Amino acid sequence: MLYDAAVIGAGPAGITAALYLVRAGAGTALIENSAPGGQILSTAEIENYPGFPHAVKGWELADLFDAHLAEYPVERLRGGVLSVRPAEGRLFHLDLEEGKGLDAKAVIVCSGAQHRKLGIPGEEEFSGRGVSYCAVCDGNFYRGRDVAVVGGGNSALEEALYLSRIVRKVYLIHRRDTFRGAQIFQDKLRAAENVEIVTECVPEEIRGGAAGMESVAVRSRRDGEIRVIAAEGIFIYVGMDPANGFLPEEVRRDPAGFVITDAEMNASIPGLFAAGDIRSKHCRQVCTAVGDGATAAAAALSYLEHWNA
Amino acid sequence: MSVAITDTDFENVVIKSALPVLVDFWAPWCGPCRGIGPIVEELASEYAGRLQVCKMNVDESSKVPAMFGIRAIPTLILFKDGEVVDQITGAVAKSTLAAMIEKAL
Repeated sequence: MLYDAAVIGAGPAGITAALYLVRAGAGTALIENSAPGGQILSTAEIENYPGFPHAVKGWELADLFDAHLAEYPVERLRGGVLSVRPAEGRLFHLDLEEGKGLDAKAVIVCSGAQHRKLGIPGEEEFSGRGVSYCAVCDGNFYRGRDVAVVGGGNSALEEALYLSRIVRKVYLIHRRDTFRGAQIFQDKLRAAENVEIVTECVPEEIRGGAAGMESVAVRSRRDGEIRVIAAEGIFIYVGMDPANGFLPEEVRRDPAGFVITDAEMNASIPGLFAAGDIRSKHCRQVCTAVGDGATAAAAALSYLEHWNA
Repeated sequence: MSVAITDTDFENVVIKSALPVLVDFWAPWCGPCRGIGPIVEELASEYAGRLQVCKMNVDESSKVPAMFGIRAIPTLILFKDGEVVDQITGAVAKSTLAAMIEKAL
Protein backbone atom coordinates (compact mmCIF):
# COMPACT_ATOMS: atom_id res chain seq x y z
CA MET A 1 0.00 0.00 0.00
CA LEU A 2 1.31 3.46 -0.94
CA TYR A 3 0.43 6.53 1.12
CA ASP A 4 1.30 10.17 0.64
CA ALA A 5 2.44 10.30 4.24
CA ALA A 6 3.06 7.83 7.04
CA VAL A 7 3.00 9.18 10.60
CA ILE A 8 4.72 7.01 13.19
CA GLY A 9 3.28 7.35 16.69
CA ALA A 10 -0.13 8.59 17.86
CA GLY A 11 0.83 10.89 20.70
CA PRO A 12 -0.02 14.60 20.56
CA ALA A 13 2.55 15.24 17.78
CA GLY A 14 1.45 12.34 15.57
CA ILE A 15 -2.27 12.95 16.00
CA THR A 16 -1.82 16.64 15.13
CA ALA A 17 0.38 15.86 12.12
CA ALA A 18 -2.16 13.30 10.84
CA LEU A 19 -5.00 15.76 11.37
CA TYR A 20 -3.28 18.49 9.35
CA LEU A 21 -2.26 16.06 6.60
CA VAL A 22 -5.68 14.50 6.12
CA ARG A 23 -7.44 17.87 6.25
CA ALA A 24 -5.16 18.97 3.39
CA GLY A 25 -6.20 15.91 1.40
CA ALA A 26 -3.06 13.78 1.81
CA GLY A 27 -3.53 10.01 1.96
CA THR A 28 -2.29 9.39 5.49
CA ALA A 29 -1.47 6.31 7.56
CA LEU A 30 -1.00 6.67 11.32
CA ILE A 31 0.87 3.82 12.97
CA GLU A 32 0.70 3.31 16.73
CA ASN A 33 2.12 0.45 18.78
CA SER A 34 0.13 1.16 21.90
CA ALA A 35 -2.96 3.28 22.64
CA PRO A 36 -3.45 6.73 21.09
CA GLY A 37 -2.21 9.47 23.41
CA GLY A 38 1.38 8.48 24.07
CA GLN A 39 2.83 9.73 27.31
CA ILE A 40 -0.23 11.79 28.23
CA LEU A 41 -1.83 8.44 29.02
CA SER A 42 0.53 8.01 31.94
CA THR A 43 0.09 11.59 33.17
CA ALA A 44 -2.51 12.16 35.85
CA GLU A 45 -3.45 15.74 35.07
CA ILE A 46 -2.33 18.27 32.50
CA GLU A 47 -2.50 21.81 33.84
CA ASN A 48 -0.58 23.71 31.18
CA TYR A 49 -2.48 22.92 27.98
CA PRO A 50 -4.57 25.96 27.06
CA GLY A 51 -8.33 25.54 27.04
CA PHE A 52 -8.53 23.49 30.24
CA PRO A 53 -8.53 26.06 33.07
CA HIS A 54 -9.30 23.37 35.66
CA ALA A 55 -6.77 20.89 34.26
CA VAL A 56 -7.63 17.82 32.22
CA LYS A 57 -6.90 14.18 33.00
CA GLY A 58 -4.27 12.69 30.71
CA TRP A 59 -6.51 9.92 29.43
CA GLU A 60 -9.39 12.33 28.88
CA LEU A 61 -7.22 14.55 26.70
CA ALA A 62 -6.00 11.45 24.84
CA ASP A 63 -9.63 10.45 24.19
CA LEU A 64 -10.43 13.96 22.93
CA PHE A 65 -7.42 13.95 20.57
CA ASP A 66 -8.40 10.52 19.32
CA ALA A 67 -12.08 11.44 18.87
CA HIS A 68 -11.05 14.55 16.91
CA LEU A 69 -8.95 12.50 14.49
CA ALA A 70 -11.72 9.88 14.20
CA GLU A 71 -13.76 12.48 12.28
CA TYR A 72 -11.34 12.10 9.34
CA PRO A 73 -10.42 9.27 6.95
CA VAL A 74 -6.95 8.47 8.33
CA GLU A 75 -5.77 4.87 7.94
CA ARG A 76 -5.06 3.75 11.53
CA LEU A 77 -2.59 0.88 11.83
CA ARG A 78 -1.68 -0.79 15.10
CA GLY A 79 1.71 -2.39 15.74
CA GLY A 80 5.36 -1.57 15.97
CA VAL A 81 7.47 -0.15 13.15
CA LEU A 82 10.57 -2.31 12.73
CA SER A 83 12.39 -0.17 10.16
CA VAL A 84 12.06 2.82 7.89
CA ARG A 85 14.29 2.80 4.83
CA PRO A 86 14.61 4.83 1.66
CA ALA A 87 13.31 2.76 -1.26
CA GLU A 88 13.12 3.00 -5.06
CA GLY A 89 11.56 6.08 -6.63
CA ARG A 90 12.10 8.46 -3.69
CA LEU A 91 9.73 6.37 -1.54
CA PHE A 92 10.17 5.15 2.00
CA HIS A 93 9.43 1.57 2.91
CA LEU A 94 8.20 0.82 6.42
CA ASP A 95 8.50 -2.70 7.82
CA LEU A 96 5.84 -3.35 10.41
CA GLU A 97 5.39 -6.18 12.90
CA GLU A 98 3.81 -9.47 11.82
CA GLY A 99 5.36 -9.23 8.36
CA LYS A 100 3.30 -6.23 7.30
CA GLY A 101 4.66 -3.20 5.46
CA LEU A 102 3.78 -0.05 3.58
CA ASP A 103 5.29 2.62 1.35
CA ALA A 104 5.03 6.36 1.76
CA LYS A 105 6.28 9.45 -0.06
CA ALA A 106 6.88 11.28 3.20
CA VAL A 107 7.36 10.04 6.76
CA ILE A 108 6.77 12.01 9.94
CA VAL A 109 8.44 10.39 12.93
CA CYS A 110 6.53 11.07 16.17
CA SER A 111 7.64 8.00 18.08
CA GLY A 112 8.42 9.92 21.26
CA ALA A 113 10.46 8.71 24.15
CA GLN A 114 10.23 6.11 26.88
CA HIS A 115 11.10 6.18 30.57
CA ARG A 116 14.72 5.48 31.36
CA LYS A 117 15.41 2.78 33.93
CA LEU A 118 17.69 3.19 36.93
CA GLY A 119 19.61 0.03 36.09
CA ILE A 120 20.10 -1.02 39.72
CA PRO A 121 19.66 -4.39 41.45
CA GLY A 122 16.04 -5.18 42.25
CA GLU A 123 14.57 -2.95 39.54
CA GLU A 124 13.71 -5.84 37.21
CA GLU A 125 12.93 -8.26 40.00
CA PHE A 126 10.33 -5.99 41.62
CA SER A 127 8.91 -4.57 38.39
CA GLY A 128 5.14 -4.62 38.88
CA ARG A 129 5.63 -5.57 42.53
CA GLY A 130 6.81 -2.18 43.73
CA VAL A 131 8.71 -0.67 40.82
CA SER A 132 6.55 1.52 38.58
CA TYR A 133 7.00 4.14 35.89
CA CYS A 134 3.34 5.27 35.95
CA ALA A 135 1.98 6.87 39.12
CA VAL A 136 -1.47 7.39 37.63
CA CYS A 137 -1.69 3.69 36.76
CA ASP A 138 -0.39 2.21 39.97
CA GLY A 139 -0.72 4.91 42.65
CA ASN A 140 -4.03 3.54 43.91
CA PHE A 141 -2.43 0.26 45.00
CA TYR A 142 -0.36 2.23 47.53
CA ARG A 143 -3.22 3.98 49.33
CA GLY A 144 -2.15 4.45 52.96
CA ARG A 145 1.38 3.11 52.30
CA ASP A 146 4.81 4.71 51.87
CA VAL A 147 6.44 5.16 48.47
CA ALA A 148 9.55 6.69 46.94
CA VAL A 149 9.77 8.84 43.80
CA VAL A 150 13.11 9.18 42.02
CA GLY A 151 14.07 12.18 39.87
CA GLY A 152 14.26 15.96 39.79
CA GLY A 153 12.46 17.06 36.63
CA ASN A 154 8.85 18.03 36.03
CA SER A 155 7.63 14.44 35.76
CA ALA A 156 9.15 13.43 39.09
CA LEU A 157 7.78 16.49 40.89
CA GLU A 158 4.30 16.25 39.35
CA GLU A 159 3.96 12.57 40.09
CA ALA A 160 5.30 13.00 43.64
CA LEU A 161 2.57 15.59 44.21
CA TYR A 162 -0.05 13.32 42.69
CA LEU A 163 1.05 10.42 44.91
CA SER A 164 1.16 12.61 48.03
CA ARG A 165 -2.62 12.94 47.77
CA ILE A 166 -3.07 9.15 47.79
CA VAL A 167 -0.33 7.52 49.84
CA ARG A 168 0.75 7.93 53.48
CA LYS A 169 4.21 9.30 52.78
CA VAL A 170 6.31 10.15 49.73
CA TYR A 171 10.12 10.18 49.77
CA LEU A 172 11.34 12.27 46.84
CA ILE A 173 14.86 11.09 46.03
CA HIS A 174 17.05 13.29 43.84
CA ARG A 175 20.75 13.11 43.04
CA ARG A 176 21.33 16.88 43.15
CA ASP A 177 20.43 19.53 45.73
CA THR A 178 18.40 21.59 43.25
CA PHE A 179 15.50 20.56 41.04
CA ARG A 180 15.09 21.11 37.31
CA GLY A 181 11.30 20.90 37.62
CA ALA A 182 9.04 23.97 37.71
CA GLN A 183 9.11 26.19 40.81
CA ILE A 184 5.34 25.85 41.26
CA PHE A 185 5.73 22.09 41.82
CA GLN A 186 8.71 22.57 44.16
CA ASP A 187 6.72 25.01 46.30
CA LYS A 188 3.73 22.67 46.49
CA LEU A 189 5.96 19.73 47.44
CA ARG A 190 7.75 21.68 50.17
CA ALA A 191 4.33 22.65 51.55
CA ALA A 192 3.04 19.06 51.53
CA GLU A 193 3.19 17.56 55.02
CA ASN A 194 3.69 13.98 53.90
CA VAL A 195 6.58 14.57 51.47
CA GLU A 196 10.17 14.14 52.59
CA ILE A 197 12.73 15.47 50.13
CA VAL A 198 15.91 13.40 50.08
CA THR A 199 18.50 15.28 48.04
CA GLU A 200 22.02 14.39 46.93
CA CYS A 201 21.21 10.71 47.19
CA VAL A 202 21.34 7.97 44.55
CA PRO A 203 19.28 4.77 44.74
CA GLU A 204 21.56 1.72 44.89
CA GLU A 205 19.30 -1.25 45.43
CA ILE A 206 15.61 -2.09 45.59
CA ARG A 207 15.00 -4.73 48.23
CA GLY A 208 12.05 -6.89 49.15
CA GLY A 209 10.66 -10.37 49.58
CA ALA A 210 8.09 -12.72 48.13
CA ALA A 211 5.27 -10.19 48.62
CA GLY A 212 7.12 -7.45 46.76
CA MET A 213 9.32 -4.46 47.40
CA GLU A 214 10.01 -3.46 51.00
CA SER A 215 12.71 -0.79 50.84
CA VAL A 216 15.17 1.15 48.73
CA ALA A 217 18.79 1.67 49.74
CA VAL A 218 20.17 5.09 48.77
CA ARG A 219 23.76 6.32 48.95
CA SER A 220 24.49 9.91 49.94
CA ARG A 221 26.67 11.76 47.47
CA ARG A 222 27.96 13.95 50.32
CA ASP A 223 29.41 11.33 52.64
CA GLY A 224 28.76 7.96 50.99
CA GLU A 225 26.47 6.92 53.82
CA ILE A 226 23.78 4.33 52.97
CA ARG A 227 20.24 4.92 54.12
CA VAL A 228 17.53 2.31 53.82
CA ILE A 229 14.14 3.87 53.19
CA ALA A 230 11.16 1.64 53.95
CA ALA A 231 8.77 1.92 51.02
CA GLU A 232 6.53 -0.57 49.26
CA GLY A 233 6.64 1.28 45.96
CA ILE A 234 9.14 3.25 43.92
CA PHE A 235 8.16 5.45 40.98
CA ILE A 236 11.04 6.19 38.64
CA TYR A 237 11.24 9.44 36.61
CA VAL A 238 14.90 9.85 35.71
CA GLY A 239 14.58 11.00 32.13
CA MET A 240 13.57 9.68 28.78
CA ASP A 241 15.27 7.76 26.00
CA PRO A 242 14.26 8.33 22.37
CA ALA A 243 12.29 5.58 20.61
CA ASN A 244 14.57 5.66 17.56
CA GLY A 245 15.58 2.03 16.97
CA PHE A 246 13.75 1.74 13.64
CA LEU A 247 15.29 4.81 11.93
CA PRO A 248 17.87 4.59 9.13
CA GLU A 249 21.41 4.94 10.43
CA GLU A 250 22.11 8.04 8.37
CA VAL A 251 19.47 10.12 10.17
CA ARG A 252 21.36 12.75 12.18
CA ARG A 253 20.81 12.62 15.94
CA ASP A 254 22.13 14.44 18.98
CA PRO A 255 24.42 12.60 21.44
CA ALA A 256 21.39 11.33 23.39
CA GLY A 257 19.86 9.90 20.19
CA PHE A 258 17.11 12.46 19.58
CA VAL A 259 16.54 13.37 15.90
CA ILE A 260 18.02 16.68 14.77
CA THR A 261 15.71 18.79 12.58
CA ASP A 262 15.56 22.32 11.27
CA ALA A 263 12.81 24.74 12.33
CA GLU A 264 10.45 23.18 9.75
CA MET A 265 10.97 19.69 11.26
CA ASN A 266 13.03 18.42 8.30
CA ALA A 267 15.36 15.62 9.41
CA SER A 268 18.63 15.00 7.57
CA ILE A 269 16.96 12.87 4.84
CA PRO A 270 14.63 14.66 2.39
CA GLY A 271 11.03 13.58 2.95
CA LEU A 272 11.68 12.48 6.53
CA PHE A 273 10.37 14.74 9.29
CA ALA A 274 10.38 14.49 13.07
CA ALA A 275 7.99 16.04 15.59
CA GLY A 276 7.38 15.89 19.32
CA ASP A 277 9.57 14.29 21.97
CA ILE A 278 11.67 12.30 19.49
CA ARG A 279 13.11 15.60 18.22
CA SER A 280 16.27 17.12 19.66
CA LYS A 281 14.97 20.12 21.61
CA HIS A 282 14.75 21.58 25.07
CA CYS A 283 11.05 21.86 25.88
CA ARG A 284 9.05 18.62 25.78
CA GLN A 285 5.40 19.39 26.48
CA VAL A 286 2.00 18.56 24.96
CA CYS A 287 1.92 22.12 23.58
CA THR A 288 5.26 21.87 21.84
CA ALA A 289 4.46 18.38 20.49
CA VAL A 290 1.23 19.67 18.97
CA GLY A 291 3.10 22.63 17.46
CA ASP A 292 5.81 20.38 16.05
CA GLY A 293 3.14 18.11 14.56
CA ALA A 294 1.43 20.94 12.70
CA THR A 295 4.75 22.39 11.48
CA ALA A 296 5.94 18.97 10.29
CA ALA A 297 2.66 18.35 8.45
CA ALA A 298 2.93 21.73 6.68
CA ALA A 299 6.52 20.97 5.67
CA ALA A 300 5.52 17.48 4.50
CA LEU A 301 2.63 18.90 2.44
CA SER A 302 4.99 21.33 0.75
CA TYR A 303 7.42 18.44 0.11
CA LEU A 304 4.56 16.39 -1.39
CA GLU A 305 3.61 19.27 -3.69
CA HIS A 306 7.13 19.23 -5.15
CA TRP A 307 7.14 15.42 -5.21
CA ASN A 308 3.98 15.38 -7.30
CA ALA A 309 5.08 18.25 -9.54
CA MET B 1 -14.21 -12.35 23.13
CA SER B 2 -13.03 -11.70 26.64
CA VAL B 3 -15.38 -11.93 29.62
CA ALA B 4 -15.61 -9.21 32.27
CA ILE B 5 -15.32 -10.66 35.77
CA THR B 6 -15.46 -9.33 39.34
CA ASP B 7 -14.42 -10.45 42.84
CA THR B 8 -17.76 -12.29 43.09
CA ASP B 9 -17.50 -14.60 40.09
CA PHE B 10 -13.70 -15.05 40.05
CA GLU B 11 -13.84 -18.41 41.83
CA ASN B 12 -16.40 -19.88 39.44
CA VAL B 13 -15.09 -18.45 36.20
CA VAL B 14 -11.34 -18.67 36.76
CA ILE B 15 -10.45 -21.12 39.53
CA LYS B 16 -12.99 -23.77 38.51
CA SER B 17 -12.45 -23.36 34.77
CA ALA B 18 -11.71 -26.47 32.73
CA LEU B 19 -9.71 -24.36 30.26
CA PRO B 20 -6.61 -22.32 31.14
CA VAL B 21 -7.61 -18.72 31.89
CA LEU B 22 -5.77 -15.48 31.15
CA VAL B 23 -6.93 -12.65 33.42
CA ASP B 24 -6.14 -9.06 32.42
CA PHE B 25 -6.21 -6.81 35.51
CA TRP B 26 -6.81 -3.29 34.20
CA ALA B 27 -8.51 0.07 34.77
CA PRO B 28 -10.06 2.55 32.35
CA TRP B 29 -7.71 5.40 33.38
CA CYS B 30 -4.56 3.33 32.85
CA GLY B 31 -2.82 4.21 29.57
CA PRO B 32 -0.70 1.07 29.20
CA CYS B 33 -3.86 -1.00 29.92
CA ARG B 34 -5.56 0.70 26.99
CA GLY B 35 -2.50 -0.09 24.90
CA ILE B 36 -2.60 -3.80 25.60
CA GLY B 37 -6.42 -4.10 25.61
CA PRO B 38 -6.83 -4.70 21.85
CA ILE B 39 -3.97 -7.25 21.93
CA VAL B 40 -5.73 -9.20 24.68
CA GLU B 41 -8.91 -9.21 22.59
CA GLU B 42 -7.02 -10.48 19.53
CA LEU B 43 -5.51 -13.30 21.59
CA ALA B 44 -8.97 -14.13 22.96
CA SER B 45 -10.22 -14.79 19.41
CA GLU B 46 -7.05 -16.50 18.22
CA TYR B 47 -7.06 -18.94 21.17
CA ALA B 48 -10.85 -19.35 21.33
CA GLY B 49 -11.76 -22.85 22.54
CA ARG B 50 -8.30 -23.43 24.04
CA LEU B 51 -8.06 -20.47 26.42
CA GLN B 52 -10.59 -18.41 28.36
CA VAL B 53 -9.72 -14.71 28.48
CA CYS B 54 -11.13 -12.55 31.30
CA LYS B 55 -10.78 -8.90 32.21
CA MET B 56 -11.03 -7.60 35.78
CA ASN B 57 -11.43 -3.87 36.35
CA VAL B 58 -9.42 -3.17 39.52
CA ASP B 59 -11.61 -0.13 40.23
CA GLU B 60 -14.62 -2.39 40.65
CA SER B 61 -12.89 -5.35 42.29
CA SER B 62 -10.12 -5.05 44.85
CA LYS B 63 -10.15 -8.39 46.73
CA VAL B 64 -8.80 -10.59 43.94
CA PRO B 65 -6.05 -8.11 42.91
CA ALA B 66 -4.98 -7.88 46.58
CA MET B 67 -5.04 -11.69 46.89
CA PHE B 68 -2.52 -11.96 44.04
CA GLY B 69 -0.35 -9.10 45.30
CA ILE B 70 -0.99 -6.90 42.28
CA ARG B 71 0.68 -3.52 42.64
CA ALA B 72 0.77 -2.44 39.01
CA ILE B 73 -1.46 -2.64 35.97
CA PRO B 74 -1.80 -3.98 33.44
CA THR B 75 -0.93 -7.33 35.04
CA LEU B 76 -1.87 -10.47 33.15
CA ILE B 77 -2.02 -13.73 35.08
CA LEU B 78 -2.37 -17.13 33.47
CA PHE B 79 -4.26 -19.74 35.52
CA LYS B 80 -4.36 -23.47 34.87
CA ASP B 81 -6.41 -25.84 37.04
CA GLY B 82 -6.94 -22.98 39.48
CA GLU B 83 -3.22 -22.32 39.93
CA VAL B 84 -1.10 -19.39 38.76
CA VAL B 85 1.30 -20.66 36.11
CA ASP B 86 2.75 -17.40 34.80
CA GLN B 87 2.30 -13.65 34.88
CA ILE B 88 3.40 -10.49 33.09
CA THR B 89 3.18 -6.85 34.12
CA GLY B 90 3.21 -3.92 31.72
CA ALA B 91 2.15 -3.29 28.14
CA VAL B 92 4.28 -6.00 26.55
CA ALA B 93 4.33 -6.98 22.87
CA LYS B 94 1.75 -9.41 21.53
CA SER B 95 4.47 -11.94 20.80
CA THR B 96 5.57 -11.92 24.46
CA LEU B 97 2.03 -12.63 25.65
CA ALA B 98 1.51 -15.27 22.99
CA ALA B 99 4.75 -17.00 24.06
CA MET B 100 3.53 -17.10 27.67
CA ILE B 101 0.25 -18.67 26.55
CA GLU B 102 1.92 -21.19 24.20
CA LYS B 103 4.21 -22.36 26.98
CA ALA B 104 1.30 -23.06 29.28
CA LEU B 105 -1.17 -24.66 26.87
